Amino acid sequence: MNWTRRHLLGLYDLSAEEINTILDTAASFKEVSTRSIKKVPPLRGRVVANLFFEPSTRTRISFELAASRLSADVVNFEKVTSSAVKGETLKDTARNIERMGVDIVVVRHSAPGAPHRLAEVLDASVINAGDGPHEHPTQALLDIFTMREHKDRLEGLTVAIVGDIAHSRVARSNIWGLQKLGAKVILVGPSTLVPGGFRELGVEVTHSLDEVIERCDVINMLRIQLERQEGGLFPSLREYSRMFGLNRERVSKAKEDVLIMHPGPMNRGVEITPQVADGPHSVILEQVENGLAVRMAAMYLVTRGR
Amino acid sequence: MNLVIKGGRVVDPANGVDKVLDVYLSDGKIAALGNVPSNPDHTIDATGLVVVPGLVDMHVHLREPGNEEEETIASGAESASAGGITSCACMPNTEPAIDNEAAAEFVILQSRRAGRSNVFPIGAVTKGRKGQQLAEMGGLVRGGAVAFSDDGDPVANAELLRRALLYAKMFDKPVINHCENKELAERGVMNAGMVSMILGLPGMSSASEEIMVARDLALAEITGGSLHIAHVSTAGSVELIRTAKARGIRVSCEAAPHHFTLTDKCVETFDPNYKVNPPLRTAADVEAIKEGLADGTIDAIASDHAPHTQEEKDVEFSFAPFGIIGMETLLPLTYTELVLPGVISLSRCVELVSTNPAKILRLSKGTLSPGADADITIIDTQTQWEIDVSKFRSKSRNCPFHGCKVHGRVGYTIVSGKVVFDADVESATWETFP
Repeated sequence: MNWTRRHLLGLYDLSAEEINTILDTAASFKEVSTRSIKKVPPLRGRVVANLFFEPSTRTRISFELAASRLSADVVNFEKVTSSAVKGETLKDTARNIERMGVDIVVVRHSAPGAPHRLAEVLDASVINAGDGPHEHPTQALLDIFTMREHKDRLEGLTVAIVGDIAHSRVARSNIWGLQKLGAKVILVGPSTLVPGGFRELGVEVTHSLDEVIERCDVINMLRIQLERQEGGLFPSLREYSRMFGLNRERVSKAKEDVLIMHPGPMNRGVEITPQVADGPHSVILEQVENGLAVRMAAMYLVTRGR
Repeated sequence: MNLVIKGGRVVDPANGVDKVLDVYLSDGKIAALGNVPSNPDHTIDATGLVVVPGLVDMHVHLREPGNEEEETIASGAESASAGGITSCACMPNTEPAIDNEAAAEFVILQSRRAGRSNVFPIGAVTKGRKGQQLAEMGGLVRGGAVAFSDDGDPVANAELLRRALLYAKMFDKPVINHCENKELAERGVMNAGMVSMILGLPGMSSASEEIMVARDLALAEITGGSLHIAHVSTAGSVELIRTAKARGIRVSCEAAPHHFTLTDKCVETFDPNYKVNPPLRTAADVEAIKEGLADGTIDAIASDHAPHTQEEKDVEFSFAPFGIIGMETLLPLTYTELVLPGVISLSRCVELVSTNPAKILRLSKGTLSPGADADITIIDTQTQWEIDVSKFRSKSRNCPFHGCKVHGRVGYTIVSGKVVFDADVESATWETFP
């Protein structure tokens, strides 16, 4: 097994081998969820702390369930403020919680690099559950895991990521992971939300979903945040939806076996129509299910990497 | 009271001097070079050392009044003397702002009380640095202001800056502008480029600086006022200024050591000590700054010393305040990064850190001409040493150069003929002036 890391902070620094190690480990854990007793003992006696400085019910529950399936004890800490606002600093909060005997700290934070700074000062393992627009490694891993389950291998696959790439940690982690595993990545979205600089990293960038849809094996639709429109980055949700939304008509031009993905939560009727979200190509709920297996693998591996 | 500095290599570009000479200081002035009395009150043996006119750092933040937990004029003056800086000019972004005669006088008074290096106030361009109405520049000059600037809140209204350039002309003082278009730099915490794209941090584009540089150059041209552009950080700005100078526009500019030594790659560590405004740019920008320093486009090196307490700075990168302290690293970084590799000569180095900034601020300093103020820095260029932030005289520690191995250590700092810093002596025993 190729794994020596104490933390999982992002996919940018991981090798293809390490990513495959996580995916293989996740595959073996996935079966646990199908049992009537959904619990295995590898983290018995260990404590996982979910430190969520940004609200996220879904990701937190996924980590919480993953930890309990590994027999770990879980504590949740939710705080919508951070050191920008008066109060305890991030480091102090984390150090205090660590002293209560925590082995793994799962961090969600609005500031890029917050988990990386914590990893420098904590003895516990740190798992990044999303740091601003920087990385969201477990989300990308579960996306890739889902693709691998359906397509067997990532090499040679063409994956479109559609939406607000500039502000998306899901997009970034997917780009790094997919590229390392040999998939071709196409970024699609309005030019104000897709940094052209990604071309220099070997990624295709386009502003027309219609032009590339026929070539895609996977289409990963990102949630479009209303505040981007309010911030003036594109004129209206209606125009966004017309140009970049995924509807039945667009899907009909795609490959027969195209996979439609979405990291959630969806804005039905904006970036994806209900017919597509619930349609035959959609693997959106499988992603949620695979998230558990991937997070179990991540927690298992970081404790092994110590 | 007189002092002889014996046997040092004297480098004084203002007089074209670069040779081993004795320097004679008497009554706070340079008395003579070469021809020295045999029985002075004090002698410093400078054999093997370099003797230069005292450094002039024309861009520092000393936080007093208002944020004395970060720095005071006294601690700043002490930090300056430890860095070989005999005169520094402090920005008016204090609370309240240095925007009137009494406030400027307060800085001068505190500087005298500190009795280390000279601290000169830079007065605000506008009242309260709010960019609405001109400050009383005449009063500020009477109070001791050597230049005008609204510092980090650049004058956004072009007509107001035009008037400021015209008005300041009456006093023959430069207007210093921090060039940043706030709409373009909005929310940015680092340079906009590949690194910010990968890290997901909001960027400040080079255009946000260059747009205002271009605007200010045009205003300097139509007013004939004296414009100084602070901390030039992009290749585009260097090129704009180079062209403007060739056309005869009255402009000078400075660069900060971190902008010719570090790039935005450093931010990959998420260490807030790399968070500074203007931000660390790309390797190509660093090269352009070095070129500008070598070819005369950039006139001065200034630290942009910006102290912050540890508790303010040691937070998430996005939330940390901008700023790096730099008075105690200005000389070693300049010497190690520019002089040692041959980018510039030692004589050009002295121009950049002393002669030119003194000229820009119209100070009778930056030279060893007989009759000039006896402000002198004596440098050991031979010994390699390691920067240790715990030894800084500044109250703050926000410096990304901790642990760097450098050359160019300050041996002695002399202000008005008196030793205010001696590397071998603890601060408590220093002589003070006047």
